[in-house]
Amino acid sequence: MKTESNTQEDIKAIRKLMEESTRFLSLSGLSGVIAGGTALAGALLAWLFIDDTWSLAGVAAIVLVISLTFACFLSIKKAKRQKKHFWTPVSRKMLLNLFIPLATGGALAIIFLLQGNLQLVVPVFLIFYGLALINASKFTLGEIFYLGLLEIATGLLVTLFPDLWLIGWSVGFGVLHIVYGLLMYGKYGK
Amino acid sequence: MKDLIAHLNKVFESRVRLGIMSVLTVNQTYDFKSLKETLDLTDGNLASHLKALEKEGMIAVEKQFIDRKPNTSYRATEKGRAAFSEHISALENLIRDT
Repeated sequence: MKTESNTQEDIKAIRKLMEESTRFLSLSGLSGVIAGGTALAGALLAWLFIDDTWSLAGVAAIVLVISLTFACFLSIKKAKRQKKHFWTPVSRKMLLNLFIPLATGGALAIIFLLQGNLQLVVPVFLIFYGLALINASKFTLGEIFYLGLLEIATGLLVTLFPDLWLIGWSVGFGVLHIVYGLLMYGKYGK
Repeated sequence: MKDLIAHLNKVFESRVRLGIMSVLTVNQTYDFKSLKETLDLTDGNLASHLKALEKEGMIAVEKQFIDRKPNTSYRATEKGRAAFSEHISALENLIRDT
């Protein structure tokens, strides 16, 4: 018969396996800070120098690519450091759940841009980004859920007050990411 | 004491099998390679435990081809889920009562 401590260890191992096989926990907090910084830099650039729509869309696309690249790169490194795998069934599920609403929002933003509904571009992307985070939160750190809610709130406010779009961008993609990233960095490490 | 361990299932008396059942009860299906990586086991070791669980009717095997490569995935059967949850309860009772 097994000893008590052995049984306790078994149960601990079972809990850990159940958690790790349903949630991707190697999401890097630092990448949130970098994404926020990049978004703020983009917003500053837009505010100072840019007044045509297409250059603005270009800046937004570059910010998105830089953020995603760092998020993937740092999360892969974090998974390696924790001696875990990055490309698992659960990380695939998380990405799929993230990208369906995100791509929908991106497509909508482009359609609005082409139709000249410029004031809807930033809020719609904020709202769909928030929905994407909430959707993905079931498969990763639960805190993402609240980040998603705040992104949606920011998006709705910008829909209501279109003149504040640049502030909405800075808060939604900049400040929220930095605050979230720092909190996660403190709680779960780099 | 006999009462306490009566609900422990002999089939799950191995950490590897506990691990397999843990992953399969919270995931609809899980493929062989991912299971191997999650549990950090060798092919042979994992395969023999999977076979044993399959023989007892605790898990079911689904073989298919993805990009012309064979892909084997596993899922817990109703019987397996019930037996595993009973086993876990028995383990927890064991800790509480000793």
